[in-house]
Order: sequence, then C-alpha cells, then structure tokens
Amino acid sequence: MKIVTAIIKPFKLDEVREALTGVGVQGLTVTEVKGYGRQKGHTEIYRGTEYAVSFLPKIKLEVVVDDAVAPAAVDAIAAAAKTGQIGDGKIFVHDVEAAVRIRTGETDVAAL
Amino acid sequence: MGIEMKKLGWVATLAASTVMVSSAAFGQDAAAEAVAVTPEVAYIFNTLLFLIGGFLVMFMAAGFAMLEAGLVRSKNVSMQCLKNIGLYSIAGIMYWAVGYSLMYTGVDGGYMGSFGLYGWEAAGGDALDTGYSTPSDWFFQMVFVATAASIVSGTLAERIKLWPFLIFVVFLTGFIYPIAGSWQWGGGFLSEAGFSDFAGSTLVHSVGGWAALSGAIILGARKGKYEGGKAVAMPGSNIPLATLGTFILWLGWFGFNGASQLAMGSIGDVSDISRIFANTNLAACGGVVAAIILTQIMYGKVDVTMALNGALAGLVSITAEPLMPSPFLAILIGAVGGVIVVFTVPLLDKFKIDDVVGAIPVHLFAGIWGTIIVPLTNPDTSYITQLYGIVCYAVFTVVVSGVLWFLLKATIGIRATEEDEFMGMDKAEIGVEAYPEFR
Repeated sequence: MKIVTAIIKPFKLDEVREALTGVGVQGLTVTEVKGYGRQKGHTEIYRGTEYAVSFLPKIKLEVVVDDAVAPAAVDAIAAAAKTGQIGDGKIFVHDVEAAVRIRTGETDVAAL
Repeated sequence: MGIEMKKLGWVATLAASTVMVSSAAFGQDAAAEAVAVTPEVAYIFNTLLFLIGGFLVMFMAAGFAMLEAGLVRSKNVSMQCLKNIGLYSIAGIMYWAVGYSLMYTGVDGGYMGSFGLYGWEAAGGDALDTGYSTPSDWFFQMVFVATAASIVSGTLAERIKLWPFLIFVVFLTGFIYPIAGSWQWGGGFLSEAGFSDFAGSTLVHSVGGWAALSGAIILGARKGKYEGGKAVAMPGSNIPLATLGTFILWLGWFGFNGASQLAMGSIGDVSDISRIFANTNLAACGGVVAAIILTQIMYGKVDVTMALNGALAGLVSITAEPLMPSPFLAILIGAVGGVIVVFTVPLLDKFKIDDVVGAIPVHLFAGIWGTIIVPLTNPDTSYITQLYGIVCYAVFTVVVSGVLWFLLKATIGIRATEEDEFMGMDKAEIGVEAYPEFR
C-alpha cells in the first residue's frame, strides 16, 4: 500500500476529487494548511504599508491506495490540480505498513 | 446659523419666527408666504430637532465602537468595546456635572464658562423664552463630547491600559472639550473674532484629533509596529464590523450636521437642514470615491479600510460648513478629505506615530482642511481668522492633553507591559475574549 499526499491549490479540490474517484479511490482525507515554496509567499498592502504574506493557504489531501493504483492516483491528481502557474503544489508517495478498518476489523487492502 | 449662534442669536431667531417672513425667504413657493408658526410650534420643532439629532449622534458611539472593533486585532476587541461604552458614559456624567456649564454659562467673549449650576425646566414646564427645551440642548451637546473622546480611543488602541485612558476621558469630556468649545459655541473670544465652525470640524474632530496625536506620541507605537525603519502592517480583525461602524457614523452625521442648524421653527431653517443633509451625504461620497480611485492607482488594489476612512474624512471635511457649499463643491470638499487620508496614513507611519484606526488623518487633518476652506463658500468668514482659530485649538489641546498624558505616565503609567500587549488586552485587562471559540 502507498499513501499519496498532495498539496494543491484550494480551488482545485473538487476536480482532484472527481479525478481520484475516476481511478477507483473510495476515500480521501483533506486538511486546510498554509505554507510556502520557492517564491516564499508574496506581498500585500494594508493602509499604505507593504507586508509579506509568508504562508499561502493550500489544501493537503491524503489517500491510501493499493500499490497498483498508486501511479494512476498520482497521475490523476497531477492532471487535475495543474494550472501551469506558480504554486500548483506537490505530490509525495510513501509506503504504508498496515491499515485497519475500525468498524469491521478488516486489514490492509481490504480496509481501504 | 451654526452652533455658535446658539445663545447669542436665539432671541433674534425667535423673533423672526413670530413675525411675517418675507416671501423672498420662501424662494419660488409664493403660496407658503403667509403664515409663520407660533412660538409654541417653533419651540416644539426646535426641541424635536435637538432630540432627533441627539439620538442620531448618540448612535455614532456605536459606530465608533464597531469601527474600532473591526480595525484592531482580534486579541484587543473586547477592550475596545469596553473603552467605547465606558467613555460614552463618562462623557455623559462629566458633561452634566461640569462640562455644559463650563461651555455655555457666562463665557461672554472670554476663555471659559463657569462652574455655576444650571437648571432644567421642571417636569411639565411650559416656559417658551429659551425657544427650546434645555435638556434637549444638553443632550444634543453631550453626545458631541462623546464623539471627541471616541477619536482618542481608536488611535491609542491595542497598547494603552484601561484606567489611564478612562481618567483621561474624565478630563477631556469634563474640562478640555468644554473649555475649548466655550471659545466658539459658548460665545467666547473666537466667536467674537469671527471664527466659524458650523458643526465642529475643529471644535469636536480636531480637538479629539489633537488629544489623540499627543497621546500617540507620548504613549509610543505598538510593539513591533516599526521594525528596521519600516512600518509593519497589522491588519484589522473584522472588515464587516468596520464597514457597519462607518455606515452607522455616516447615518449619525445627519444628526451631527443637520441638527447643528439648531432651529427648525421656520421654513427657512428646515430647508437649510435639508440642504445640510444633502451636502453631508455628497461629501462622504466624494471622500469614498477619491480614496477608492487613489488606492487603486497607488497600490494596484483598492484598500477597503481606506475607503471607510475616506467616507469619514469626507464627513469631517464638510462639518465646518455643510450649508453654504454647492452640491458640486460639497463633493469636492469631501473628496479632498479622502485624498488627505490616503496620503497622511502612510505619512504618520513615516514619523512612527502609530494611529491604529486612522483617526488622526480622518478627524484632525480633514478637520483642519474643512475648517480652513470655510471662507470659500461662506463670505462672512476669512482665511486668517479660520487659521487663527485652528492654531488656538491646536496649542490649547496639545499642551493640556500633553501635560495630562505625561502626568498619567509618571504616576499610574499609561502603557501595558510588553507581555500583556503580546497576549492581547482582552486577556490581560478584561478577561473576556471577543471571539473565545474562534481559532
């Protein structure tokens, strides 16, 4: 099993969800987060004073999938979240050792 | 006839209302020329004007409270709310105890009134000689002094301790404002010199502004506001509240300027009041539009807080003479107020004078502008006399409030500790957070 973690632009969330559903993903965890990348945020002006917006709002989504599905899930997220502009985000993939569905006690891929 | 005519011109006004008014006063409406109202009717309408104007201006206290609550950070909102309801109440009591008397009794061309007692008519009183009910006038004048105190509250937000602020308000509303007001509206030396300030660009707004400025300098900026020679933005916590506050103030201003006509017992008066309403509204619109256009050009984005300040600056600008300007000039006078705000908010930051809500640009700088431009439309005034009046108010208010701030600083201290300031005044001094469940 793999966990796919993606940081995306908030307005792309619905499209990413649809794309993941399309490759068979049945569940998803989403968190509102803030962060910065190579541009280190940007500046705004409040009452004539420039100030740095050091952390930009992003969505972090986490989805655990069977090893075989992981490449398709990554591709689906990358395609749906892409605008071609700065700040589109990143995708990370990690190994997952075990999974349990709490209600039934099913484990690993059956629990996903 | 502005507030300056209040005591002096009353007899003449009453007389005019009882005799036949010439048809010229009615303009083209020849049909209305015949009847002038009785003294009873004039008394009722004059009093009604004070009462309606008074409760409109009273509600400006809510406007200031919401504006300030919106423009401070969320950790200081409860404190700002408490300061506003506290200052309004202190102003009410102090203006009753000494203020009204100091401002209006026995000034006689001098520099202050007396501490003498004054009376209200007994319940059910029906004497007509004053032309209006004394408590109605008291109430109308009292809510003005609260406005001056609110100005100070906004500027000094987020780092002043509660009690020294409230003690300052006692002196501002009981003594500083009434003595300053007596010079003009109480029939003092400035009114004899020919100074003109219809509803208080200088008497109310600049006096509050000067007191706020001296307080801001003596108190110092918020911790972290100026780092490495540059200003650090500290965005307000709630723009909808600040917007609501601005609209409430705008509404209240119709009472502020309109009822400063001080008489509604004739068609001439009620027409003037209507004209004042229209000019007041136009000036505020001018201030907003000027601020919107300027911030778009200068910063690439419109700053909503500047637009809100622009409305208030437009209103302050027209307050010294809301009757005489043509509609176009009213827009222009207000628009200059908006321009003043957009340029002087960053200017204060250059001097490291930390004015949290922009009260100094809005009330002091626009107040000076409004006062100085009166002779443009009012031929009975002169630029020299206007300037003389402005300087008198500046020197008196800065010196007296400066001494007061220094005394408070030297005795009980005016500034919150660094730790309290970081934690926020709500937790440090009030113990009640404005948004306890919001994280």
